[in-house]
This record gives sequence, structure tokens and C-alpha cells, in this order.
Amino acid sequence: MSTRPAQPVDPRLLELLVCPLTKQTLEYNAERQELVSRAAKLAYPIRDGIPIMLPEEARRLDT
Amino acid sequence: MTPRIFDRSLVLTRRLRAEQAGARPNVLMARAADDLADRLSATLRRFERAVDIGSEGPEALAALLAAASVGDALRFDRVTGAGVDAVADPEMLPLGAASVDLIVSLLSLQTLNDLPGALVQIRRALRPDGLFLAALVGGRSLHELREAFMQAELEIEGGVSPRVAPFADVRDMGGLLQRAGFALPVTDVDSFSVRYNSAAGLLDDLRALGATNPLVERRRTPLKRATLSRALALYEQRFRDADGRIPATVEIVWVSGWAPHDSQQKPLKPGSAKARLADALRVPEHGAGEKAGK
Repeated sequence: MSTRPAQPVDPRLLELLVCPLTKQTLEYNAERQELVSRAAKLAYPIRDGIPIMLPEEARRLDT
Repeated sequence: MTPRIFDRSLVLTRRLRAEQAGARPNVLMARAADDLADRLSATLRRFERAVDIGSEGPEALAALLAAASVGDALRFDRVTGAGVDAVADPEMLPLGAASVDLIVSLLSLQTLNDLPGALVQIRRALRPDGLFLAALVGGRSLHELREAFMQAELEIEGGVSPRVAPFADVRDMGGLLQRAGFALPVTDVDSFSVRYNSAAGLLDDLRALGATNPLVERRRTPLKRATLSRALALYEQRFRDADGRIPATVEIVWVSGWAPHDSQQKPLKPGSAKARLADALRVPEHGAGEKAGK
């Protein structure tokens, strides 16, 4: 993780975005800058304030 | 499984390469964005939240933000960049059911492998009475180039390979919208020619736009110089305008459809008529058993 302060995510996006695979709601992890889909077991990264909603770019959650 | 027609990662690579090279002004996008602004100004409904999905460049979002009928607009693109709010693939739309009022897309949906699937997701993401408005490169676009390459490859290599993408026909698009559950689907075509000094000028433009062959089934060996020069010669011979300029046909297919809502016009059920047609026409009514002309 980078140490520089993360660019804030547009709150409109947090309200609007869902998991592209399951269409389920996402949890916002401000510390890791990720949008977490429990159903798909994927964490979508937020880079420079821009959510990357692509499964191939997401981190796989093992648990 | 959806057939893989387009090499989507190649589409992206080409686009990024074109952008890095310093893209020239995209006249097609400018035209489509102007048209989008006109079409939005002609709708009476107000759209609180609009999303642009996949339009390359900032023009579509700018048109949305400038439209009096649009409240707020966001831009989703396949790659990150200035002015992009979220990175998303139109084939896997990260929008919840009934979450936005207007979805637009300019000149990008023609390279999707699963257009019907994308349309269904778009329809689901719209609130009732929400509008989908998109422009695709389609119809007979670049038919001159397709013919010239086919003939040149036949002559020189003894066989043909796909050089120009298959495009959605305007009639097919109407059917796809209907199947995806859109109400009041409308399609129309903006057909025009872009003219060049030579056929090579067209290829330069396609390269600069990152719009060269994206097909999975494309010939993987480099294009032979002889084939290329024969194709360019055939193109100029067959299609040259009277003034010597070389035209390339472009057809922009416009599609629109609404998420169903009770307020929309619908056909009445058969037998539910409240007035007689004969009365409206002020003619005597003949029973069904009578033959006409008696």
C-alpha cells in the first residue's frame, strides 16, 4: 500500500456502484482503498480516487 | 458462451497506443456528441442522474453536463484517465437495478462481444421511464474497404480473411432493444461519407483512431505489401468520386429505448375499443358477414 493520503472517492460512486459480477452491494474499505464484494469474494481497488470495477483487476478474498 | 468476435484487449491496446501518439481530433466523436446534445434537448423528461458508459474521450460527458434536462452525470470508461469517474466494462456493468435515469454511450458498443447481454444490464440499471441513448458505428460503414481488401486478398493470396469488423444492422438493433425489454425502441441512421485524398489517408486515420482490425479471426501474419497496395489501388479505382477524392462510408446507428413505465403509450388490448371506426370515418358500418362491394 502506498503511504500518501488517498484521494477521496466520489460519494456518488459509493452510493451507485455494485459488484459487476453479482450486482450485490459493496463495502467500502477506506483504509485499503477497496470496494469489497462479499458475494464474489473480490476486492475492487480504488486508484487515485477512481474505482476499478474489473474482476481481473480485483484482489481475491480467500476467506 | 458468447462467441468471441472482437479481441477486446487488442481494442484497448490499439486505443491506448493511439492516445499516446497524440490522437488527432476525432470528427466522428464530435459529430456524435453534437447529435447527442440535440437529441437530449428534444426530450421533455428530466434526468436526475446520467451515466456515460464507454464513450472514448470527454465529449459525451460534456454534452450531458451541458444539457438542461440532465442533473448530474458520471463517466465510466474501460480505462482510467482524466475525467473518468470509474473504470468499468459495459459487458459487466457495476450498476444496481433501477439506479440511474439516463445511460448514454457514443461509438463504443460496436466492439462488444456480448451486445445483447450489455443491453439487458443497461435496461436493468435504468429506473422506470429511464432512457438509454447510444450511437454505434454500424450498417454499411467502410464497405468500400471491405470489398477492396477482399478482392485484393483473393487475387494475391488466393483466399480472404476478415479485415473489416461485422457491424450491427439498424434493423437488428431494434430487435435487440426489444428483446432486452426496452419500451418504445427507436433506431435511425446517420449516414455520410468521409473523404480523403487517397485510400491510404483513410488507413492513416483508422490507425490514428486506434480503429484497425480488432477481430479474433484476423490473419495473424503481417499484411503483405503487394496485397495492401492492390487493395488501395482497387479502392481508388472503384470508389473515386468525380472530383478525384476518395470517399469512405460511415453509418452511425442511433438507438434509444425506455425502461418500461405505466405512463408510456402502449397498444390497447384487442376488443377494448370504446368508439366505432365507422363513426370516426362517418361511413355506414358493414357487418363481418357482408362482402365488400355489395
